[in-house]
Amino acid sequence: MAVTSPRSGRLPWGRIAGWAVLVVVMIVTLFPFYWMLRTSFSSTRSLAAGATDLLPVDFTLGAYRRVLGLSSTAEAVAEGGSSGTVSFWLFLRNSIVVATVTTAGQVFFSAMAAYAFARMRWPGRDAVFMLFLTALMVPPIFTTLPNFILIKDLGLLNTYLGIVLPHLLMTPFAVFFLRQFFLGVNASLEEAARIDGAGHVRIFFRIILPVNKAPIATLAILTYITSWNDYFWPLLVGKDESVRVLTVALGIFRSQTPQGSPDWAGLMAATLFAALPMIILFTMLGRRVIDSIGYTGVK
Amino acid sequence: MTSDTVHAAPRRTEAASRGAPPRRRGRRLGDLPIALAFVLPAALGFVLFYLWPTLRAFYLSLTQYNVLTPPRFIGLDNYERLLGDHLFWNALVVTAEYVVINIGVQTVMSVLLAVLMHRLTRSMFVRGVVLLPFLVANVVVALVWFWMLDYQLGIVNQGLEWLGVDRLAFFGESELAIPTIALVNTWRHVGYTALLIFAGLQMIPSSVYEAAAIDGAGEWRIFWRVTLPLLRPVMALVMVLTVIGSFQVFDTVAVTTGGGPINATRVIYYYIYDLAFTRFHFGYAAALSSVLFVLLAGVAYLQLRLSRAGESDLKGS
Repeated sequence: MAVTSPRSGRLPWGRIAGWAVLVVVMIVTLFPFYWMLRTSFSSTRSLAAGATDLLPVDFTLGAYRRVLGLSSTAEAVAEGGSSGTVSFWLFLRNSIVVATVTTAGQVFFSAMAAYAFARMRWPGRDAVFMLFLTALMVPPIFTTLPNFILIKDLGLLNTYLGIVLPHLLMTPFAVFFLRQFFLGVNASLEEAARIDGAGHVRIFFRIILPVNKAPIATLAILTYITSWNDYFWPLLVGKDESVRVLTVALGIFRSQTPQGSPDWAGLMAATLFAALPMIILFTMLGRRVIDSIGYTGVK
Repeated sequence: MTSDTVHAAPRRTEAASRGAPPRRRGRRLGDLPIALAFVLPAALGFVLFYLWPTLRAFYLSLTQYNVLTPPRFIGLDNYERLLGDHLFWNALVVTAEYVVINIGVQTVMSVLLAVLMHRLTRSMFVRGVVLLPFLVANVVVALVWFWMLDYQLGIVNQGLEWLGVDRLAFFGESELAIPTIALVNTWRHVGYTALLIFAGLQMIPSSVYEAAAIDGAGEWRIFWRVTLPLLRPVMALVMVLTVIGSFQVFDTVAVTTGGGPINATRVIYYYIYDLAFTRFHFGYAAALSSVLFVLLAGVAYLQLRLSRAGESDLKGS
């Protein structure tokens, strides 16, 4: 609508209106993050009195101390927290373990398969690949129920392995995505290596992986984010505190906070704590993450 | 080896889309032994966590199963029961309402946003900001908005009061809960969707725009006559992805309303979860997820047919 003004007079009104819309969108996007920050440094007891204050109400680090298990019960209750103790450090560790192992395994094993599909000749190759692809059509919930039963039967409930296993060895998307890039590797590179006596293992590690650094990094970033943010599967198989990841911990923290007067500051401190690693990752890798969205779009 | 490379990833694929490089020893088995070794881990993952559970889920949908005792085959009873289950129909209606609001608002806003970015700026900062909500978890987004929309202390209701409007129980009132959840998730996804569309816009050659400008077309006309038609194949794919994703709403419901008030937000995913993991009706839950499976496949097929996704208007010109 905004950029649509048909003719430009003296001032480029269309552009100004367009920018106005963009700025509004950016404010609406960023404000909740600011509000999370502002609330997390407030005292829950005082929030009611200063509900519209733009700065933290009664500035305190108490919410973070509560969430990270550093404050005594009396201290926590005084600021409107609950008397139970939690330590989000533990959940942070669990999230890091789960996301890292999932990403490393999935990208590596999917790359191996993608290499076999893209650069080797063997009977049945295309049929097997098509079969892999059909799995893209299956909605996750459909396989989740039997997968839960399998993990339970294997005795892997409430273990790291149980949480990571379903996505550790492949996802159809990862294989498909990497194969597209491996297909494009210049065959002469491979031929040269083969003349030098290199086998497939060597070619895979020395040529295919290095040459495809960019798409592999893209896939790894996307996988890490997806894994970090996943809630449904870890909720089913990893509720136990020893393996509980941040998203599940947030849900439980929220359900434990008293209904009448929730510990908003504590909840926002926990929420920000859970979101922060992704925000840091994003500021470090900004451009690459943004480009990766374009990559997946044209898949 | 030809048809499955249609939606090839960008740039470098044309060189070798014919597949594997020719090998000298052209025996029938080719690289079979080493290929099997390379495919083995992924194949194991595929069979254990995709193929086998898919077949098993269909089978379970024909059984009565509470996880503790072995499944008992009961034929199509679960499906028959579905037809008379008002919670199932309720879940369908609620989910449909969610999808319509979510996708409707999200599509319009993301096209607008993508076009604005395309015409105004190449700034990575702007793109980064709009993408930010997508990078944090659904659970995080749900909780922030749960706080901001709180009836007593939420900043939004404070604002409404300041404007002299009555406060709203966004998550607490039956008619408001689904639109609220739909819009919260729109907030998370709109930037991501806009960037997908933006990538599509960048594939439209600038000569097209120059030609339109020479013809004296204004921005409004260019948008309707040039941009939108040329964007159709990308939009079709984006729509399929977002609609299918939208049907699977769960996280936001689980941490905010828990299906309430009185089933008003008991979406299909949540209902399946509830049946399986709090009531242990695994067979019945599997039947429900089979229906969802068929439903989603149908939706995707219809969308692709309707939008003729495979064709691009660019090829003719």
